[in-house]
Amino acid sequence: MNRINQKLQEDKKLLSIYFTAGYPNINDTVTVIQNLEKSGVDMIEIGLPFSDPLADGPTIQASSTKALHNGMTSERLFEQLKDVRKTVSIPLIIMGYFNPMLQYGVEEFCKKCQEVGIDGLIIPDLPVDVYHDNYQSIFEKYGLINVFLITPQTSDERIRYIDSVSNGFIYMVSSASVTGSQSGFGDVQTDYFERIANMNLDNPQVVGFGISNNETFTQATKHAKGAIIGSAFVKHLTNTGVDSIDEFVKNIL
Amino acid sequence: MSYNINEKGYYGEFGGAYIPEMLYPNVEELRHNYLKIMAEPSFQEEFNALLKDYVGRPSPLYFAKRLSEKYNTKIYLKREDLNHTGAHKINNTIGQILMAKRLGKNRIIAETGAGQHGVATATVCALMGIECIVYMGEIDIARQAPNVARMKMLGATVIPALSGSRTLKDATNEAIRDWINNPVDTHYIIGSVVGPHPYPDMVAKFQAVVSEEIKSQLLEKEGTEDPTYLVACVGGGSNAAGTYYHYLDNEAVNIIAVEAAGLGVDSGESAATSVLGKEGIIHGSKTLLMQTNDGQITEPYSISAGLDYPGVGPMHANLYKTGRAEFIAITDDDAMKAGLDLCKLEGIIPAIESSHALAVFEHKTFKPDDIVVLNLSGRGDKDLQNYIDYFKL
Repeated sequence: MNRINQKLQEDKKLLSIYFTAGYPNINDTVTVIQNLEKSGVDMIEIGLPFSDPLADGPTIQASSTKALHNGMTSERLFEQLKDVRKTVSIPLIIMGYFNPMLQYGVEEFCKKCQEVGIDGLIIPDLPVDVYHDNYQSIFEKYGLINVFLITPQTSDERIRYIDSVSNGFIYMVSSASVTGSQSGFGDVQTDYFERIANMNLDNPQVVGFGISNNETFTQATKHAKGAIIGSAFVKHLTNTGVDSIDEFVKNIL
Repeated sequence: MSYNINEKGYYGEFGGAYIPEMLYPNVEELRHNYLKIMAEPSFQEEFNALLKDYVGRPSPLYFAKRLSEKYNTKIYLKREDLNHTGAHKINNTIGQILMAKRLGKNRIIAETGAGQHGVATATVCALMGIECIVYMGEIDIARQAPNVARMKMLGATVIPALSGSRTLKDATNEAIRDWINNPVDTHYIIGSVVGPHPYPDMVAKFQAVVSEEIKSQLLEKEGTEDPTYLVACVGGGSNAAGTYYHYLDNEAVNIIAVEAAGLGVDSGESAATSVLGKEGIIHGSKTLLMQTNDGQITEPYSISAGLDYPGVGPMHANLYKTGRAEFIAITDDDAMKAGLDLCKLEGIIPAIESSHALAVFEHKTFKPDDIVVLNLSGRGDKDLQNYIDYFKL
């Protein structure tokens, strides 16, 4: 069974952390992953940096630009990850934009993911219907779970469709925004979290965007299975480097 | 075979809507409504009236006698440079502001490179009394001060794009992010035939007035609707899309697309996307784009700020791939020379974008009885400083 599905069966609220590969320094990738697991994080999203990250706010964008300057590429990431499964057992997901994967070759990319022990992908700009028509069989061939996003503006009908194509979890974007732009949740989010919970979807939901501390983590996971922190963690890396990751995680859980 | 868009939003294999889910409702609302709205008689009436009385259409189809003599062929210039605000860009912004009103939007965002589309957008927003925010790369703001001032005079807010390379592609990213953050009240007026479906098709349809007029004007002057060649410069490709639109499937008419070679196609400082680009995704569209082997989008170069987009509209990617259009790359030097030639021969100072198209006559020989219609997409006022610097005037 895929590590993501296994993890989702555990009787707890899951904390997933996003960071940008090759940031702050090119060779920090595996150190960050190891330190996150040691700190008690349940799942990790490894950001494959892209020059034009449309769905990301300034924090993640700046980290992507720096990582690319540092020399990060798809090939380099796979190289860095080749022994990661000797020391890390929690689910690992690559989050990146579609163009670098397209240039690498979608099948080749998926094959490499399987080889190094990646469990799933999040590709914000790969639309669900294009995935369904062209790529689903490739992802399945290499045992990869593809994760789709929904937002407060996504219609119930489309959520049902996305649920039917998903085989892991659904990434619930908390508000209409790019990453790192919200602080705290209001009534709109609470209503939205409840509405989705009441839909009784087949796939569990993990909330992302706008989570930065224990309070927002607790709010987000009241109904959902877990929550994802990205920009707040990248900021922490920017300020304190890779050695005090456990302090960041302690403040969330 | 049709070179127009199919029902799924693709030109051949190019196009589509590769967008984050956060943008889906906005783009879907537009996709669902744009054809319906454009077909409404009241829309057509308002659009045509503004094109006539405000923009000054139809733009003349001018027989360039001395230029024709020089190259021993028949050259007609479609004078989009005579439009209000100085270029073809306003055909699209007029269409989109009317679209935005009918969609109930009360806030407009746009991206701009050199500032021409920003000015055209600020203009129609002033005309309609709608709030206007224009994203412009920090570097472009510094080198295009007159257009920044124009936008401000027209009441627009100009926001610098500080990310990435701080030019057109980053301004486009920032505009898209703004749209993600403001999904309900805002319409995004894209300036070219790029972006996710339905933008390439919608913008092409608003620019199609150019080829519609060419047909009737040429019939009057030459007794035929069909020129032998159509010539237009291509950055994103909106003036070219308008020029080709009604001739796309009429293969008796040859199509020439002129790209900016910058310092030379192989110089590393170029914007010749068809030659240097590979298939990929940029700003929500599958098309040809300039990128590294790793799929990172690179920064193009051209002396013309309107042609240095790293991608090309999906319609043009398909015209290239299928061979329907001939693509020619023109260097900075050849374009500047052709621009100065037009000044001396015809008394018209062209935009540097259009100068690239004009340079085609030095690169390709036409027959004496060929009819060549070239879109003179913009006037050169905005480029005066570039001309001054280049020719040391």
